[in-house]
Amino acid sequence: MNLHEYQAKQLLRAGNITTPRGIVASSAEAAVAAATELGGEAWVVKAQIHAGGRGKVGGVKVVKSLDEVRAMATKLFGTSLVTNQNAPDGQPVNQVLVEETLPIARELYLSLLVDRETERVAIVASAAGGMDIEEVAHATPEKVLTEICDPLLGVQDFQCRALAFALELTGEAYKDFCRLLPALYRVFIANDLSLLEINPLIVTTDNRVLPLDCKMSVEDNALYRRRALAELRDDSQIDAKEAAANAANVNYVALTGNIGCMVNGAGLAMATMDLIQLEGGTPANFLDVGGNATPETVAQGFKIILLDPNVRAVLINIFGGIVRCDVIAEGIVQAVKEVGVKVPVIVRLEGTNAIQGRALLAESGLAILAAATLTQAARLAVEKAQ
Amino acid sequence: MSILVNKNTQVICQGFTGKQGTFHSEQAIAYGTRMVGGVTPGKGGQTHLGLPVFNTVRDAVRQTGAQATMIYVPAAFAADSILEAADAGIEVIVCITEGIPVLDMLNVKAALNVKAALRANGAKLIGPNCPGIITSGECKIGIMPGVIHQQGKIGIVSRSGTLTYEAVHQTTLLGLGQSTCVGIGGDPIKGLDFIDCLRMFEADPQTEAVILVGEIGGNREEEAAEYIRSDMKKPVAAYIAGRTAPKGKRMGHAGAIIAGGAGTADAKIRALEAAGVVIAHSPAGLGEAVQAALGAR
Repeated sequence: MNLHEYQAKQLLRAGNITTPRGIVASSAEAAVAAATELGGEAWVVKAQIHAGGRGKVGGVKVVKSLDEVRAMATKLFGTSLVTNQNAPDGQPVNQVLVEETLPIARELYLSLLVDRETERVAIVASAAGGMDIEEVAHATPEKVLTEICDPLLGVQDFQCRALAFALELTGEAYKDFCRLLPALYRVFIANDLSLLEINPLIVTTDNRVLPLDCKMSVEDNALYRRRALAELRDDSQIDAKEAAANAANVNYVALTGNIGCMVNGAGLAMATMDLIQLEGGTPANFLDVGGNATPETVAQGFKIILLDPNVRAVLINIFGGIVRCDVIAEGIVQAVKEVGVKVPVIVRLEGTNAIQGRALLAESGLAILAAATLTQAARLAVEKAQ
Repeated sequence: MSILVNKNTQVICQGFTGKQGTFHSEQAIAYGTRMVGGVTPGKGGQTHLGLPVFNTVRDAVRQTGAQATMIYVPAAFAADSILEAADAGIEVIVCITEGIPVLDMLNVKAALNVKAALRANGAKLIGPNCPGIITSGECKIGIMPGVIHQQGKIGIVSRSGTLTYEAVHQTTLLGLGQSTCVGIGGDPIKGLDFIDCLRMFEADPQTEAVILVGEIGGNREEEAAEYIRSDMKKPVAAYIAGRTAPKGKRMGHAGAIIAGGAGTADAKIRALEAAGVVIAHSPAGLGEAVQAALGAR
């Protein structure tokens, strides 16, 4: 689950980390009030959306008068910001962060993340801040520095020093950095983050180190024990269908094709998408109904799939393990009746109680197409969607 | 022969008296698994499904001599259950639980690695977030449907539950059967990985060929390809799910995500192909692919 920049910076401050002074605002008036309260002669107005690349598309701007603050905020509110990192229809701006400006001498990159290869928290740093780290890593891998943290010990002082020297920090900036890193590590662990990215981490002209931007993702599996963070979920920033799926506890990812898919198991769900493409079609979504699918989950799944107006056919692929095919079939019949499905529905049932399940579908009298094999099911779906 | 578990393996269940633990213990017993008891703190001394319940895994091991455990404990408590089993000397720990926080798993893996370094025969963890392990016709530890399995010669190792069932179903229909099937799970931080299982299959006389089922995310398939190329004599067939998955989106499994352009299905397929692995391009072609791999030798 992603957080907004202003939320991330609040967590940093709660962890005793100095950030630029800033106030979040939900209206143009509030933005002007924020700038007045912060004082000074210039401010930066930053659109709050769950995506990077804001600066390049006018989502971040330095302004030098209260009128400009108002104008910038007015322009941003109610718009959808499309960056090179989000979906084609962008994400709505519901808040702006008004911050003091700081004199920048250097821009660095710093992030903490769970590295699956070493099975450790990794710290990634680079002197090439302000840029896309993936591009830096690709073009000039020698500019990317990595330190791996032992989970039983956390980040060690020698690691902080090594990075500070490699980043050519001196004096107060060196000391700031060596204090900052353990504090960031504590924030990472205490909030069950999967990513904490500061890009850029600035060195000011008076040689202090501060996070100018901050991106955080909280690990979804840990939200049960981070209730306060779970409250920060902002469904306006994600696809409406994905938000509905979240609420229904269904794993759903929106795609751009026209064949809706409902499958049990994440691997089989991906494989079903791949098979549709192999047969010449395009999947409209990824949907895993999970190992404990009930008639209700199946009905929910149908509703979510049909929220997408592009869907021309629905392919249901179930390999019953713990999930019994007759239960799924019941759910399908119930859902097709209730939801009023108007597109062709193709069903492949295999595994536990598949024979009973197929019989239930056949007896229902509904226009449900039963497929004998996985390949046949995909072919039928592709044909019907055309 | 087989790998990791067989008809002599004595198995306990952690979370024994819960709904999931009860259901899958019943299924395991019906399959012929040598279940010897279970653990539910606070219910020690009771009898459940005709087997003794213990308060701690230590008690269970001391009194039953169990070598393997299956864990059906909720995500908030599962990391602790894994460590308890390792501490009690359990050799094969199968954790079915989905949704364990990744930072908990970092600690678990670090602790298990310390133990393994101190002890010649460290515990082997399978999972979490996996269907478990089954040696066909002998021992079922997990949530897979037993009926589709048939004793035979194909070893299966997979990150996906239902795709494992596809592989099993197809090899059964072709009369090839399976030796052991290991579902290593869909989490980014987990116990046994592809290479660990491939190494055991290579050494197992019953296994004649292996099916590897991978998916997007991470680079363990690429590492497996390197191992297959340099160290493996038995034929391998593979399927990788997620060719059509978009970048940066988590596809159900916590570990199934293309991050920063790394971990794509195409890169994995290329690496495996270069190692001489027969690739199934459709999930419906897993059985045929392994048959082709067998025939090519």
